[in-house]
Amino acid sequence: MGRYFGRKLLVYLLTFFIAVTIDWLIPRFMPGNPVQTMLSRAGLRAEAAEVMYGYYTSAFGLDLPIWQQYLNFWTALFHGDLGTSVFLFPTPVTQVILRAVPYDIFLLLPAILLSWFAGNKFGAFAARARRLDNTILPLGYILTATPYMWFGILLAWALGIVLGIFPVSGAYSYAMRPTLSLAFIGSLLWHWFLPFASIFLVKFGGWAIGMRNMIIYELEADYSHYLEDLGAPRKLIRKYAFNNAILPQLTGLALDLGVIVAGALATEIVFSYPGIGYLILQAIQNQDYFLLQGCFLFIIVGVLLANFAIDIAYVLVDPRTRIGMQGGAV
Amino acid sequence: MKMRMIQLWSIGAVLLLLAALAACAPAATPEVVEKVVTQVVRETVVVEVEGEPEVVEKEVVVTATPAAAEAAEAPAAPTTYERSETLYTSGTQWGPPSSWNPFNRGGYAMGTLGLCYETLFIYDPLTNEYAPWLAESGEWTSDTVYELKVREGITWSDGEPFTAADVKFTFEMAEDAAVFFSPVWNWLDSIEQVDDSTLQFTFSEPLYQEWANYSYEVPIVPQHIWEGRTVEEIAAGANENPIGTGSYLYETHDQDRMVWVKNDNWWAKEQLGLDPAPTRIVDIVNGSNNVALGMVLQGGLDLSNNFLPGVATLVDGGYGVQTYYPEPPYMLSANTAWLIMNHSVKPMDDPAFRRAMAHAVDVSQIVEVVYGNIVQAAHPTGLLPIWDEYIDQAVVDELGFSYDPEQAKAILAEAGYEDVDGDGFVDMPDGSPIALKIIVPFGWTDWMESIRVVSNGAQAVGINLEPDFPDYGGYLDARLNGTFEMAIDNQPQMSNTPWTYYDWVFQNPLEDIATMQNGNYGRYDNPEAFDLVNQLDKTPVDDVEGMKAIASELQRIQLTDMPLVPLWYNGLWAQYSSAVWTNWPSSAEDANHYLPATWRGYWNMTAIRMLTELEPAAQAEASQ
Repeated sequence: MGRYFGRKLLVYLLTFFIAVTIDWLIPRFMPGNPVQTMLSRAGLRAEAAEVMYGYYTSAFGLDLPIWQQYLNFWTALFHGDLGTSVFLFPTPVTQVILRAVPYDIFLLLPAILLSWFAGNKFGAFAARARRLDNTILPLGYILTATPYMWFGILLAWALGIVLGIFPVSGAYSYAMRPTLSLAFIGSLLWHWFLPFASIFLVKFGGWAIGMRNMIIYELEADYSHYLEDLGAPRKLIRKYAFNNAILPQLTGLALDLGVIVAGALATEIVFSYPGIGYLILQAIQNQDYFLLQGCFLFIIVGVLLANFAIDIAYVLVDPRTRIGMQGGAV
Repeated sequence: MKMRMIQLWSIGAVLLLLAALAACAPAATPEVVEKVVTQVVRETVVVEVEGEPEVVEKEVVVTATPAAAEAAEAPAAPTTYERSETLYTSGTQWGPPSSWNPFNRGGYAMGTLGLCYETLFIYDPLTNEYAPWLAESGEWTSDTVYELKVREGITWSDGEPFTAADVKFTFEMAEDAAVFFSPVWNWLDSIEQVDDSTLQFTFSEPLYQEWANYSYEVPIVPQHIWEGRTVEEIAAGANENPIGTGSYLYETHDQDRMVWVKNDNWWAKEQLGLDPAPTRIVDIVNGSNNVALGMVLQGGLDLSNNFLPGVATLVDGGYGVQTYYPEPPYMLSANTAWLIMNHSVKPMDDPAFRRAMAHAVDVSQIVEVVYGNIVQAAHPTGLLPIWDEYIDQAVVDELGFSYDPEQAKAILAEAGYEDVDGDGFVDMPDGSPIALKIIVPFGWTDWMESIRVVSNGAQAVGINLEPDFPDYGGYLDARLNGTFEMAIDNQPQMSNTPWTYYDWVFQNPLEDIATMQNGNYGRYDNPEAFDLVNQLDKTPVDDVEGMKAIASELQRIQLTDMPLVPLWYNGLWAQYSSAVWTNWPSSAEDANHYLPATWRGYWNMTAIRMLTELEPAAQAEASQ
């Protein structure tokens, strides 16, 4: 078992190194120059722009040779320093991200988990019921095929603008200061609902369809037929089928959780929800190397951790993996 | 098997529990406490400004426990703002507020200059008048000496008095630190403090126009706070908890908003009888267009300075949305959008070709179809409507241009551009084909549509011009480094002098265009024009005839050589709702004519007076 995880860990470290290197490289391949972009918004008189250009270029270390910038990047990274944001100068990137991440988790964690739970339950349930299969599952297909962005705009328009029930932007009322009061938490949840619902419904459709197809596939498998022939109760057969069908879904769940800090980009933009999503968009448009690097670093770490978690979960959940690791044959 | 299923679902249940916890966690307690404490710093200082030395007060605040702080704060800073006392704005802030440094001109939080820091004068572009603000008066006592009297009885928001020394300090600071007005020291010799409220600026070579521009653009900062700062901190520091002289005080900010609260001790209340109506101004970070539009419709935004396509429909359709003009062009004109052409690429080096382009573009289509009439077509000189008096009509009558495809074809033919290879497009006089691209940043939808109109017009007269949409960085890079062929640009905003306009069109020297980022990206080279612009800068502001004479010569050069083609005037996008606040600026005779803008650099162009003119709507609801 130790060797199994040792080998996995090595692969993960290597992947991390390569992914972070690519993460560092990609923004620098974009045409243009972040300091130029920054100064273009400042409306400076000619001579002043020249001076400021020199100042910022050296402040960001962009005047150094490229290999040295790369080395400095790793050194800083090991000190937990992700640099200073260009577009939100002079805020450190870590601070920018840490302020936004709670909103992403608050939005995505419930959306991912609840949709997974409910979607699988519903999919498994629908797979045996003809009537449900014929009526509600097509709805699932429509939901899962809907782009988040479009669905979000639709919800905002219908429930926000036409009916006026829900707010269309912000994380809490613009008339409030954060306090630990019932009113504030209420406002937080009220603003959270539409973005949450738009993600939940789209994901729900996906999980339900996946589970339903999987169950049908498992019910057609030899072991199911064998059990059936043995006269096992229907309920038991379905239980076995469900246990097998849940495995790929678990992988999907882990991958979804991996991108938790950035998985709601489109939704956050539609609802002006102050998570990482909107920051990534702005970082790209402003060529903010450092902020972009920081955001993607979170995604890299998230995806790797999620994969690692799957590895562990499979050992727990799937007896075949466990036996394989102990060297036994199936 | 059964066991494992239970395990699986219990994992799920634990994760759900975590989710529920996370749901309660954000905006965590420490942040709240922190905010409460900073709040008290401000409140205490403001309340007891008169008597006690404030050092003692600060200590009291630092040692205050959160609980005590909370108790003290309760009456002062409500956690929910009254809708009827709050002004909601948007259109300036593109990311979370991150800087309150008034010298960080592209990045400071909305209102840092204007609401918090103030300038010596405020300038009204619609009437061309300078109103003394932090200054009592200012005048040129000789050709090279400017005497400034500073207004007395003003205090900084921490209770310290504002004096002439602060003004002297602000300008002298710029000699070492790289800020936007540092170049003043190329032509300013020295600043003498004559007495408590009088300064004498002695110039080696007075640039009157530029100086007048600084008089309402340079934020005055308190010496006692900025004195010890390094040049880096001055130019680029975040300057949290800003201390200014202005009508509003920093209250709080978050990822998606900036909140200012009214300064009850603002000097202008007594001295000028001005009192801004809103207790708080909440500026909302721009989301996408649909969010701004939705908020305007929901009544959540009182003033939106966003560009909202199709807003004319809302104004005409009785949705309670108001603009400066009730009919086209709806918006005031804020800047000129030009077609810029790169003179270092053939055939744009040929004035005849450039002139043909000017005749080929159907601007009315851009105005009517692309913008739905919320902009105006530009005058051939490109001078904004506020600079009408500088237009020399005789020159324009002789050399002006209008949309005329036949004329464009005739000019091309006369200059030797003919279709040699029979592909339907003209070729160079030497027979080589012409294939050009015009660029604007991807995602700037109005500009993207506009250059489609431009390239259609060009193709109709036989010029092979295709639109192209690089991202903003790529567009900027091409523009600065002169690697584009044609592009749209609109940098310089309205100002006190057409000099800023001509300084942009004829920016020089050419080798520094990329780093100076201040115009002439087409690299037009004409020493005579460059010299005229310098002369204009040296013309006293009240010598209107002198300015007109130089402007006339510049117009002749511009319309003859056609270094760029003025297309339309971008609007001062502003749409407001009268649900909570009324008496907005408007072109109506009985209304006020201040600029309805929260943009950086506009508060000190009379937008601050918009706030003092606002009135609460009688039927405003008590809460949101």
